[in-house]
Amino acid sequence: MRFTGHLDLHRAWERTFRRAHLPLAYTQGFHPQPRIQLAGALPLGFTSSCELADIWLEQDLPVESTLTALQTAAPPGLAVHQADAVDDRLPPLQVLLRSATYAVQLEAEQPDLAQRVAALLAATELPRVRREKAYDLRPLIEALAVDPQDPAGLSMQLAARDSATGRPEEVVAALGFDPTAAHYHRSALLLAETGSA
Amino acid sequence: MTPESIPHALDRMLPRVEKPGRYTGGELNSIVKDWATARLKVCLAFPDVYEIGTPNLGLAILYDLINRRPDLLAERAFVPWSDMEAAMRAAGLPLFALESKRPIRDFDLIGISIPYEQLYSNAVNFIDLAGLPLLAAERDPRAMPLIIVGGHSAYNPEPMSDFVDAFVIGEGEDVIFDILKVLDEWKAGDAPKIELLRKLAGIWGVYVPALYAPEYNEDGTIAAVLPIDAAAPAKVLKRIVPILPPPPTRLIVPYIATIHNRYAVEIMRGCTRGCRFCHAGMITRPVRERRVEAIVDAIEEGLKNTGFEEIALLSLSSSDYGDVVDLVRKVGERFAGKHLSVSLPSLRIESASVELMEALKDNKRGGFTFAPEAATERMREIINKPVSTEQLLETVRAVFERGWTHVKLYFMIGHPAETLADVQAIAEVCKRVRDEGRKYVGNKVSVTAGVSTFVPKPHTPFQWVACDSIEQIRAKQSLLKRELRGPGLKLNWNNPEETQLEAWFSRGDRRLGAVLRAAHRKGIRFDAWQEHFNYPAWLECFAEVGLDPRFYTHRERLIDETFPWEHIDVAVKKQFLAEDYRWSLRGQTRIDCRERCFACGILPKFTALRMQTPAKAWECPEVKPKHLRRATTPELPVAGD
Repeated sequence: MRFTGHLDLHRAWERTFRRAHLPLAYTQGFHPQPRIQLAGALPLGFTSSCELADIWLEQDLPVESTLTALQTAAPPGLAVHQADAVDDRLPPLQVLLRSATYAVQLEAEQPDLAQRVAALLAATELPRVRREKAYDLRPLIEALAVDPQDPAGLSMQLAARDSATGRPEEVVAALGFDPTAAHYHRSALLLAETGSA
Repeated sequence: MTPESIPHALDRMLPRVEKPGRYTGGELNSIVKDWATARLKVCLAFPDVYEIGTPNLGLAILYDLINRRPDLLAERAFVPWSDMEAAMRAAGLPLFALESKRPIRDFDLIGISIPYEQLYSNAVNFIDLAGLPLLAAERDPRAMPLIIVGGHSAYNPEPMSDFVDAFVIGEGEDVIFDILKVLDEWKAGDAPKIELLRKLAGIWGVYVPALYAPEYNEDGTIAAVLPIDAAAPAKVLKRIVPILPPPPTRLIVPYIATIHNRYAVEIMRGCTRGCRFCHAGMITRPVRERRVEAIVDAIEEGLKNTGFEEIALLSLSSSDYGDVVDLVRKVGERFAGKHLSVSLPSLRIESASVELMEALKDNKRGGFTFAPEAATERMREIINKPVSTEQLLETVRAVFERGWTHVKLYFMIGHPAETLADVQAIAEVCKRVRDEGRKYVGNKVSVTAGVSTFVPKPHTPFQWVACDSIEQIRAKQSLLKRELRGPGLKLNWNNPEETQLEAWFSRGDRRLGAVLRAAHRKGIRFDAWQEHFNYPAWLECFAEVGLDPRFYTHRERLIDETFPWEHIDVAVKKQFLAEDYRWSLRGQTRIDCRERCFACGILPKFTALRMQTPAKAWECPEVKPKHLRRATTPELPVAGD
């Protein structure tokens, strides 16, 4: 499942709703698409225990039975933990998303991991290039620490706003490790308060 | 590397390769059974990447049938793309099955489906990646899996016969269990491999190449392919199932996009039209239909199990399905308005087809596809697909009238006796279709001509004919490229060199095994992928083993030539094919054989089977036991030799 890309994940959700016989709403127009909006794309290869999505149905249904139906219909690798009915006038999750936290497991224990983390946090800027675009990684790192239980583990909180998304592989690379040799898990999505909306 | 360490090695490898979802398994409806308790383990393989192999319905049927049996286990394997292959070879990781991640070589049987010849080099590489000796003669089925090949290419098994223990000629639903029973019994004893092969050769529909030897004439043609063992029948009759079993409804739902993402159900098997170029039309006789209710129920169940957003009703000629109007009406009623798309491919060129499609589509997205195959009356008579240009124009008028804007037309070049005038006519027909569209949808009209190159196939009336040379194909293609320019016109064509590969192997003999081995040594694979196909390297392989590729392609066969596939009996008689070929040269057509039986050979060969099946189960005439014939149906058109 973790190697399912963002678009394919949309498909997996659509099919889950179809198997659950839940009436997904579709967009109008020539190419109707199911109205499923994931809060933030999960990069390929990442596991997660915290994904959020806005999903529109054609009619109001009781939350409890909807959740049960989804749980039964979900494919291996997708577990549905919670469902809430949301006021359609509220801003979508994609707009509310602020940051994400990740647990990163490096391939092996690194003796100087703490020093490297400290040095990274001490930097005032971390110029990097991703997909031929130069950017500064430092302001996107909101928190970074070695896992106290696991000397090869890192926990980090990165910005996940529309035009400012930190990627944990970039942090691992900036620490001087091979980013393809680590395992990434998204542990939380942090949203802006909606009270004022 | 031990079997247990494969998942760990994959964990490290997958983040570094393209589309890692190809190699993970774990999809909805995939079945992981207990390895230790399975009596026999079958690996079902398709020798191309996951996205191509996963929608293959043949493998899905066998996966379903085998896994229904509590004592058996079936898993899947595909070939890795070149990046993954390099990573696997570097790490010493053997090819593994998607469900258990066990190495392929730990299975009892590998069943490789090879529908077309471009997969041969991949199939050979598959055996190598599994860590098995390439040659069947060098494999010991006590310690290694038995390798069986099936699929439409197996109707001429000779080019692959060095690598394969046995071929399934025909339909797999029943024969797989006969094979597994023989394998199981052999494994329980201590007899040598030859005993296993002999037993396999005794199964209806199984061809064991090691028990046959070809003899050649001085000119390189075949004198005979003869059994060299008393257990081997002189001819191997294709296997069929008398009645189609219920279709699988738990199709695997891939996590990544595959070439088809849909619930597919076969509405019938076989075709009564008798187009002379068509391999499938000759080898899949007799025509057997599923009942409308069985199809609709399967779709209902299939959608419930998969959640697919598309349904495909598959057959060689949908319009010929007996109750097609009823089927379409019921499918429309039951499933319309659920954002489902329904595809009904292979429709006849007639306005009724447009009405059918209209009943199925909830919008005018996509377009309409027809396959006239030829553009002049003369050529259509030669290939036995007599549809007039007027009829085509009338049909597309019905398409455009209803607001569709796109029409795709399939043609072939390289038909027997084709001239440049026939090719020119393809361009003219396309333009006339475009002009017709303009009247209804204006400049939105678009016509795509998909022009492929004809390759003569074994067991068809055109098995005698010479292929066009590359130069001839190029000349015809450049004419089309020149003519099919301009607004609303688009042309797709095939690389003539890729067509040569298909042509060498489709009518090839056993000597081509050496060419395939040479190709494997050169690293040739993925011939169906343009970026990998390497024509000069293939020519080198032929040169290395001292064979002239033109012998297989650019040579008109004598009418009494013995073919390398002559010991494979598809039940359609060579005599019938030869007669049909002669008719073709005279421009004489045959009507749909439901109207009148032409005695192609199916009925005499399968008389007993036909007698046991209900009258309506086959499109062939009913056969009654002899003592009843005269008394009840004196006029019964019994086809006979």
